[in-house]
Amino acid sequence: MDPEILVENVLNAITAGITIGCIYGLMCIGLGLIFGIMRIVNFAQGELLMLGMFTSFYLVSEGRILAFLGPYWGPFIGAMCAAPAVFAGGAILHRFLVSRVSGLRTVGSLDEGHFGQLVVTLGISLILQNGGQIVFGSTPVAVRTPLSSQAFQIGPLYQGATVFLNKAKLVAFFVAILTAVILYVVLEYTRLGKALRAAADNPTAATYMGIDVDRAYRIAFGLGSGITAVAGGLMATYISFGPFVGFDYVIIMYSGVVLGGMGSIFGAFWGGVTVGFVQQFSALVLPPQLQNAAIFVVFLMIVLLRPQGLFGRSAERA
Amino acid sequence: MRQGAGPHLRRHLGVLAVVSLVYLLAALFVKNSYYQLIMTLVPVWALFGVSWNILSGYGGQLSFGHASFFGIGAYTVTLAMVYWGLTPLLGIPLGMLLGGLAAILIGLPTFRLRGHYFALSMLAYPLAILYVMQYLGFQEVSMPMYREHALLYMEFADPRAYTLIAVLLLIGGVVVSLVIENSRFGLALLAIRQNELAAEAAGINARLWKMRSLIVSGMLGALVGGFYARVLLVVTPESVFGMLVSAQAVVVTLFGGVASVWGPVIGAAILVPLAETLQAELGQYLPGIQGVVYGIAIIAVMLLSPDGLFWTVRDRLLRREAPHGVSEVTGAVPDAGARSDGWSLAPAPLPATARRSGPLLQVDRLSRSFGGLRAVSEVSFEIAEGEILGIIGPNGAGKTTLFNVLNGVLTADEGSARLDGQPMLGKKTYEVCRMGVGRTFQVVRSFPRLPVLDNVIVGAYGAGMSDRDAIARATQALRQVGLHGRATVAAGQLTNKQLRLMELARALAGNPRLLLLDETLAGLGREECDDVLAVLARLRAQGMTICIIEHTMHAMMRLADRFVVLDHGRVLATGLPRAVVEDDAVIEAYLGKKWLARREA
Repeated sequence: MDPEILVENVLNAITAGITIGCIYGLMCIGLGLIFGIMRIVNFAQGELLMLGMFTSFYLVSEGRILAFLGPYWGPFIGAMCAAPAVFAGGAILHRFLVSRVSGLRTVGSLDEGHFGQLVVTLGISLILQNGGQIVFGSTPVAVRTPLSSQAFQIGPLYQGATVFLNKAKLVAFFVAILTAVILYVVLEYTRLGKALRAAADNPTAATYMGIDVDRAYRIAFGLGSGITAVAGGLMATYISFGPFVGFDYVIIMYSGVVLGGMGSIFGAFWGGVTVGFVQQFSALVLPPQLQNAAIFVVFLMIVLLRPQGLFGRSAERA
Repeated sequence: MRQGAGPHLRRHLGVLAVVSLVYLLAALFVKNSYYQLIMTLVPVWALFGVSWNILSGYGGQLSFGHASFFGIGAYTVTLAMVYWGLTPLLGIPLGMLLGGLAAILIGLPTFRLRGHYFALSMLAYPLAILYVMQYLGFQEVSMPMYREHALLYMEFADPRAYTLIAVLLLIGGVVVSLVIENSRFGLALLAIRQNELAAEAAGINARLWKMRSLIVSGMLGALVGGFYARVLLVVTPESVFGMLVSAQAVVVTLFGGVASVWGPVIGAAILVPLAETLQAELGQYLPGIQGVVYGIAIIAVMLLSPDGLFWTVRDRLLRREAPHGVSEVTGAVPDAGARSDGWSLAPAPLPATARRSGPLLQVDRLSRSFGGLRAVSEVSFEIAEGEILGIIGPNGAGKTTLFNVLNGVLTADEGSARLDGQPMLGKKTYEVCRMGVGRTFQVVRSFPRLPVLDNVIVGAYGAGMSDRDAIARATQALRQVGLHGRATVAAGQLTNKQLRLMELARALAGNPRLLLLDETLAGLGREECDDVLAVLARLRAQGMTICIIEHTMHAMMRLADRFVVLDHGRVLATGLPRAVVEDDAVIEAYLGKKWLARREA
């Protein structure tokens, strides 16, 4: 490869890594809330992402309720609107299904109820994927915005390299950062946030302190669903998707969360950014079909070499 | 074979023969080719469930990536036929070989993980392979036809022949599963599933057994996959490595009954025809209805009968027959080594004491830190043969950490520990156990679903005994602690005291030379405490060497020959009980400076 082209490719991989990485980061925060706070292995997280995409799609497509916002603002506002919708969906799923195999019920039980959680969320995932096929059809769709085919051009820089910043990804990047900041403020400075963190840290003790742990978990599950759905809505502006899209991303989410360290919600964000970088850089050397395989390999290496994440730590008491 | 396994096995095989015959007879009368296919798919998915059950049901190592093995089998058979013209009769065994190999490659790194990390990683393997297959251009591979050698290539004009083969394969799989269930293999897996650390401490090499179960499971999975490819004549990465394939195994087994050989069979017999029929009738209006049905099925089962149909139905029936059942069970207690005074038999010939002059256990300047906290700091002490040493100290003094380091649960930072001159540190937990160190835990680690006798047999198997010896030794150990009357009760039904005694018996069953007892008296009432102390005193009378952790001085004064007092990870005092409790430093550690001042005043 020519040095000029190499420099250009690397620079573009870095910028794409940052923008896509932050969107992945947001997606990972959603799972981080669920996996990190409640230790629930949620297989259906990819399907919540898919629901976010379709919610946005059905809100802003031609002739729909938010179509008047136009192709520039619409898709991003649609992505934000996916949050409350999927929040409600997540809270309902938790109330009727997930809570019955998790939380206080399973503290101290055989394997802490992981078996049941894995199975129930796998069931939800199967229903949402296949039910999605029935409701949405299997033809891939996309949220159309002219921004996804426009780019800011920076350069020529060093050795004539030019960096292209896709406008859709750039706006999505800003919305992702904004959402993450809002969530941070909520968790850090509000009463609700404190209750959530207390319930995460020690559910039994939190109960004694008068915190309604079931409710806290329900909200956390809903928040985790809603946040991932926003990320889905944002991604819908630059990829096409079908009901089975969630599967490609569930491993990315787990990679990010595990990399960031279990229980660290914003560690999950940095984990997601890292995975975004890995993906963009692997595109430099690998054929496109193998990019997803590369992420799986990275995921396996992370869990094998450093299952406690970059910041977390683990201990078992005999 | 385990105790009582013979008749048990014969009954299962009888059921298997009858069910298979009925099924094959029914298959004879099916004329519609679509229903003939379903008749073949039922045993196929049942066998795949059996394969998954061996790893994830008995062993509890939840795998959502069993499609790896299925797909490897399917692609091996198909590609070998396309490129080399290899008959499936050889292709399927080749696929099984590769499946076993893949199991080793996958197991070596992945068994370092536990719980949900293991499940997640297993999920990643088939998906990674799926993308690689797409990249290699094997999107859709069809099997060539060999009309002149139809039989050799398993090309049958009558689809019912495939049903026959599928049933025969399933019979094979069920027999393998039954043999595992009724041998030490199955008991080791069940023990690992219920409490891996306890299994290790009882001398079971968990990694090895898990690996064996994965290999058996992987080979069976590849077998099913290869046959499936032969039946459908075409493979795509999604149809053999996809998530729905892994889900099939999970779903049929969970629905039917996890960790029971009949679970996958029952699950497949109900769900496969249901899903396939729905797909055929409604598929064009409601694509994906199959997945929805599976999803609903497993959620419903998880919420309503978490262990699956088989167990729920069986529990119902057993409850109805309860009075009859109990009397039968009590009668079945094996009387191996039985004499009325069973416990007073010397457990195992104790090693000749005279042979050795040094102490049995020698701990020298042992240290272990967690971050900045020195939990155990330069601890040294010795235990002589036949002695009872009490390790006492306030909460957080490092007592349990000391045990964890000694039996290999944790590694030491510095120092050494020798059992009869042999170094103990750096060994795995099960290896320390096999050196002759038995261990009980502060919080009892039992296998709650297994009967008391099986709980104890785990300890004897851990020491490498034959089936016969293990049963005899376990029965004897139960007598030693006075629990022989409860041998057939599930451990989950015992009282706290009985659990403590059972754990003690499990440690004894491995014929240990040294027992490490971690707060065996914790949470017991005064009388219960006395009962346990009496058992320990009897063990001492038989020459057993015991190292026991306690923080209640009172009970220990009566039992221990010598005390080692730990505080903040350091040895505060060593010596005879009387001298130690008078020691000022000890009183200060336990009761504070004020108390000391008052006493001196």
